[in-house]
Amino acid sequence: MTQSFRLETGGLINRDKKISFKFNGKNYFGYEGDTLASALIANGVHLIGRSFKYHRPRGFFGAGVDEPYAIVQLYRNGETEPNIKATEQELFEGLEAKSVNCWPSVNFDVGAINNFLKIFLPAGFYYKTFMWPKSFWYKIYEPFIRKAAGLGTASIKHDKERYEHKYEYCDLLITGSGPSGLASAYSAAKNGAKVILAEDKSRFGGTLLTSDVNIGNQSGKEWADSIVSELKEMSNVTIKNRSQVFGYYDHNMLVMSERISDHLPETKKYHPKQRLWYIRAKEVLISSGSIERPIVFGNNDTPGVMLSSAAKEYMKVYGVLVGKKPLVFTNNDSGYETAIEFKKNGVDPIILDTRKEPQSEIIEEAKNMNIDIKNSYVVVAAQGYKKVKSADIAKISDDKEELGSVENIKCDCICVSGFWTPTIHLASQSGNKTKFNAEIDAFVPGTSKQNEKTLGAANGIYTLEETLKDSFEKGNQLSKEITNNDNKVSFPNVVEKKSTVHDKFWCVPLPKGKNYKRFLDFQNDVAVSDIEIALKEGYRSIEHVKRYTTLGMATDQGKTSNLNGLQLVSKIENKVVPAVGHTTFRPPYSPVSIGAIVGREVGKHSKPTRKSPMHSWHEKNNAVFVDAGVWLRPRYYKRGDENLFEASKREAKNVRTNVGVCDVTTLGKIDIKGPDAAELLNRVYTNAWLKLPVSKARYGVMLREDGIVMDDGTTTRISENHYHMTTTTAQAANVLSHLEYYLQLVWPELNVNVVSTTEQWAGAAIAGPKSREVLKKLFPNSDVTNEGLPFMGYMEGDLFGVKAKIFRISFSGELAYEVNVESDYGYFMWEKIIEVGEEFGIQPYGTEALSTLRIEMGHVAGSELDGRTIPYDNSLEGLLSKKKDFIGKRSLSRKAFAAEDRQKIVGVVPLDKKTSIPEGSHLVKDSNAPLPNPKLGYISASCWSVEHDNPFSLAILKDGKNMIGEKLFVMSPLKNKVIPVEIVSSHYVDPKGERVRS
Amino acid sequence: MLHIKCPHCGMRSQNEFSYGGDATVKRPELGEEISDHDWDNFVYNRKSLRGKHWELWQHLSGCRQWIKVQRDTATHEIFKTLKANEDIS
Repeated sequence: MTQSFRLETGGLINRDKKISFKFNGKNYFGYEGDTLASALIANGVHLIGRSFKYHRPRGFFGAGVDEPYAIVQLYRNGETEPNIKATEQELFEGLEAKSVNCWPSVNFDVGAINNFLKIFLPAGFYYKTFMWPKSFWYKIYEPFIRKAAGLGTASIKHDKERYEHKYEYCDLLITGSGPSGLASAYSAAKNGAKVILAEDKSRFGGTLLTSDVNIGNQSGKEWADSIVSELKEMSNVTIKNRSQVFGYYDHNMLVMSERISDHLPETKKYHPKQRLWYIRAKEVLISSGSIERPIVFGNNDTPGVMLSSAAKEYMKVYGVLVGKKPLVFTNNDSGYETAIEFKKNGVDPIILDTRKEPQSEIIEEAKNMNIDIKNSYVVVAAQGYKKVKSADIAKISDDKEELGSVENIKCDCICVSGFWTPTIHLASQSGNKTKFNAEIDAFVPGTSKQNEKTLGAANGIYTLEETLKDSFEKGNQLSKEITNNDNKVSFPNVVEKKSTVHDKFWCVPLPKGKNYKRFLDFQNDVAVSDIEIALKEGYRSIEHVKRYTTLGMATDQGKTSNLNGLQLVSKIENKVVPAVGHTTFRPPYSPVSIGAIVGREVGKHSKPTRKSPMHSWHEKNNAVFVDAGVWLRPRYYKRGDENLFEASKREAKNVRTNVGVCDVTTLGKIDIKGPDAAELLNRVYTNAWLKLPVSKARYGVMLREDGIVMDDGTTTRISENHYHMTTTTAQAANVLSHLEYYLQLVWPELNVNVVSTTEQWAGAAIAGPKSREVLKKLFPNSDVTNEGLPFMGYMEGDLFGVKAKIFRISFSGELAYEVNVESDYGYFMWEKIIEVGEEFGIQPYGTEALSTLRIEMGHVAGSELDGRTIPYDNSLEGLLSKKKDFIGKRSLSRKAFAAEDRQKIVGVVPLDKKTSIPEGSHLVKDSNAPLPNPKLGYISASCWSVEHDNPFSLAILKDGKNMIGEKLFVMSPLKNKVIPVEIVSSHYVDPKGERVRS
Repeated sequence: MLHIKCPHCGMRSQNEFSYGGDATVKRPELGEEISDHDWDNFVYNRKSLRGKHWELWQHLSGCRQWIKVQRDTATHEIFKTLKANEDIS
C-alpha cells in the first residue's frame, strides 16, 4: 500500500523504520516518529469517527492536545483504552485502533439519523425531552442514550500495567519547551537553579519545529536541539518529554503525568506505564504557548476542515500533506505561512483572507511565490459529507455583514486560521485573575495569586524576539533570587518574518435562505444556533450557557471553542467579551488516565496489610482470614469440610466447654506514663480511676464531647505512674489522637505522656473453664489461682524464659486471661500455649467465634458502638460516675439523651428458634403495616448461640428497657425475610457474670 | 495540596496532617455549670467563615503534635502557624 499523502522528503520522522498498524481492521503502515493521526492522513484516511450528538462524520482538526475530533479506542498489548487522541498517540509496531461513537461502522452509522433529526435535538434537548414519562427513563431512554453516546469503552479487565507516583521539589518548574520554555530554562539553569522542564509532546521545541526563523546562526529547530542537549547535560535540570503538567493546585503544587510507555508496543520490564509527578515548585513559568482558533462557517465540522497550523505541522514534522487542493481561510498572517509551506511542497493553495489590503513581509513572500490570494473573501460553507469536496465562498463587505454572490470552488481541505488563543489554563487554575487583551481578542494572565509567571505566546506575546528576550530575563531574574548567582546569557540575534495585524473576524454570516450548521464546539456538537436558543430562553451567565448547551464541556474543555462562544454571546448580548467573562478552567488540562491517578494503590497495595507475629502459624493451620481495618485476622480455622458456620460453632463451643486461644494482637495498646496519668484517665473515661490499685485492670468507656460512645477497653495500672490502655482494633488511632488532643491543647498542665505500643506487644486471649489449667502450665512459677490472680488482676510472669504480662480479663464471658509478650516472642508464646493446652483440648478460635461469644454474653462491640449510641443505649449507664466530670458528660443531660423511652440494647430470639436473623434488619410491631412501617429498632449483631443452640441477636430497640418479653417482627426487605421474634435480655448467657470470677 | 509549616518539623505537605477544626473554641472547665445553649455552642455550633481562620491541625504522620494554623478559607493562604502552647494573638 502506498502512502499517497506522504511527501517524498522532509519531516522529522525516521523513514528508515516502517511501522505497521491497524485502524478499523485495515492494515496500514507509517514511520517511526509518526502519530496515529499523521500516519492515517499519510494513508489518505480522513474519516476517523462520528460526532457525539449528531453522529456527523469526523476527521482531524488539530495536530496535538487541542484535537476535538480524532478520538479512538486504542488496543495495545492485550489491553484497551478509550478516549485516546489520534493526534497525540505515537505510532508503535502493532498498534490497533478503532473508531468510537459509531455503530455498526464509521462509514455507515445508524446514529447519523440524529443528524437529520437535529432540529429536534437543540440545546437543552436532553433536559427537556427525556423527563417524562418517568418510567421510560430506565428502560428506554437511558439504555438508548448510553449506547448512542460515549467516547469509547473502558476495559472491564484488571489493568496489568503499573503506574507510579513521584514527589519532587524544584526551584523553577517550566511547562512547555517552546522558545519561551527553553530560553527561561536555559538562563535559570545557568544560575544553578533546580529546574524541571516539562514538554507534553515527544519532541522538544514547540513552535520552533514548524516556524521559519533563525536564532543566532541556526534555524529555530537547530537552536532548540542545541539548548535541549545542553540542558540534558546539566545536573540541576530535569528535562522531560511526553510529560504534561495538567493541574495547578494550592501552594504551588503542580501535577504532571509522564507517559513513559504509551508510545511502545509494550511496557518494558520493571518500567511503569505512566508516572504521576507531584511537583512543589518555588516558582512556575508557564510557557504553554497558544492554540490557533478556528473561524466559524457553515458545515465547518466536515472532515478536511482543520486548523492551518495543524496542516503546517503535518507537513513540517511528519512530511504529510493534509490535502492536494488546499484552501487556506485566514484572518491573519499565520494562514500565509501554511500556504507557503504547501507551495514549497509543490501544492498550489488558494488563500482567502478576510482582510481587505493587508501588507507584511509574509504576505509579500506569498505573493512572490505566485500564490493565489483572494482578499475580503470568506468560506461560507464546506461542501461534502465524509470529506470536503468543495467550498462555497463569497466576498464579504467591509463591515463584515453582507456576503457577495456565492461561488463554489473545488478543494479537498480547508485550513482555517482565526488567530491565536493563549493557553492560560494553568495560570487560571492557579487563581490568576485573567484579563482580556483586546489587541489579540483573547484572555491573558493578569494578577497572580501564586508564584507563577506566564511567558511568550501563552502571555499573548507573538513575536519570537520579544518572547526570547522576556523569557531569558525572567528565567535569570527568578533563579537569581533563589540561588544568588547572576550568570547572564548573551542574547542571540533573531531573524523572523514580520507580520501585520489580524482581522477581528470570527464568524461568517449565513447566506440568505441557507441554514448551515456553524459549529463552535466540535466535540460536543454545539452550534451557533444552540447558543442563540439558550440566550433566547433566558440564560445569561456564561456559566449557565455553558451548562445548558454543553459548550466547552467535552473532554477537550473547549480549547478551540471557548473564545468563539464568548464572542457570540457578547455579540448577541451586545456586551464586550471581558464583561461576559470566561468559564472556569479546571484541572486536568487534558484527560489523565485513572490508572495514573490511582498509582500503585491498587488491589493489595490499596492499603498496608498488618499481620500479627503469629500470622504464619494461622496460615499453617488453615485459618481463613478476614480484613479487620488494615489487619488480617483469622476468621476461623477450617477443619476438613467445615464451613464458616460449622467451624465457628465448634470453636465457640470449645471455649464454653474447654479452652480456646485467640490472637488479640490487633487490639490497640497505648502506654500512658506520668504523675497525672490517673487524672487523665479519670477525665477521659466515664467511671472513676483515681483509686485503681497497682496490678489491677478496669473496664472503661470513653465518650466524645457530644456524649456518643467513642470506644471501650480495659486499662491496667502496671505501676504507680504507668498504665497500659487497650482500645478496640478499629479505634486505636483515633483514641491516641483524642488523648493527644486533650493533653496538648486542653489540659497541657497534666504531666502525662502517651505512646502507641500496639505493634510492640503480641497478645493471646486464653478463654474457657480450663484456661486456668493452661495458665498454670505456662507459668508454673506464678500463683495464678483465683486468689493469686483474681478477676481484673494483673501480674508479670515468666513464660519459658520470656517476660510476659498476664491480664485476667474476659471478652468471651468465660474465665479468661490475656497474655502479652514482646512481639518478637509472639510466635513462641502461641506455640507454647497450643503445646501445653493440648491436654485440655485447646483450640484456636477466630473472630467469628469471638463474635458469637461476646454477642450471647451481651458484650457490646463496634456494631453497637457505631458512633450513634450513648452509654445508656448499650446498658453501660452503670459506668457513669455521678461524682466527677468527664469528657461528654454534660451532653448526656440533654433532653433526647435522657428521654424515658430512649433506645436500649436488647436480645432477640426467633420464635421458631431456627431462623437466622440478618444483621441490619429492622424491628417492627406489625409486619403488615402500610409502608413506611414505623421502625422500632435494628439488629446490630447476630450469631448462633452455642449455649442455647438457637439463633440470637443483639438489637438497639426503642424503649428497650420495657420491651423484654414483647413479640415483634424482624423485617429484612433486602433478604425478603419476615421473622417473628421475642425480645429478651441482652445477657443471654451467664447474666450474673459468675463465670469470669470463677 | 496545602504546604503547611509545622512549627516543630518545618514545611510539610498536607497529607501528613489531619484537620482538627476551629482553634478558637475553648472547652468549658471541668465541672463548670453551663447552660444547654452554651454547651451546644461548644459542641456543635461553628461558623463557616470566609477569610482568615485559626484552625487546628495534627501533624499525624510526623511529630504528632497538634498545631494552630491561620489560613484563609477562601484562598488557602497560610499566614502563620503556632505550637499548641502558643497563644493566638
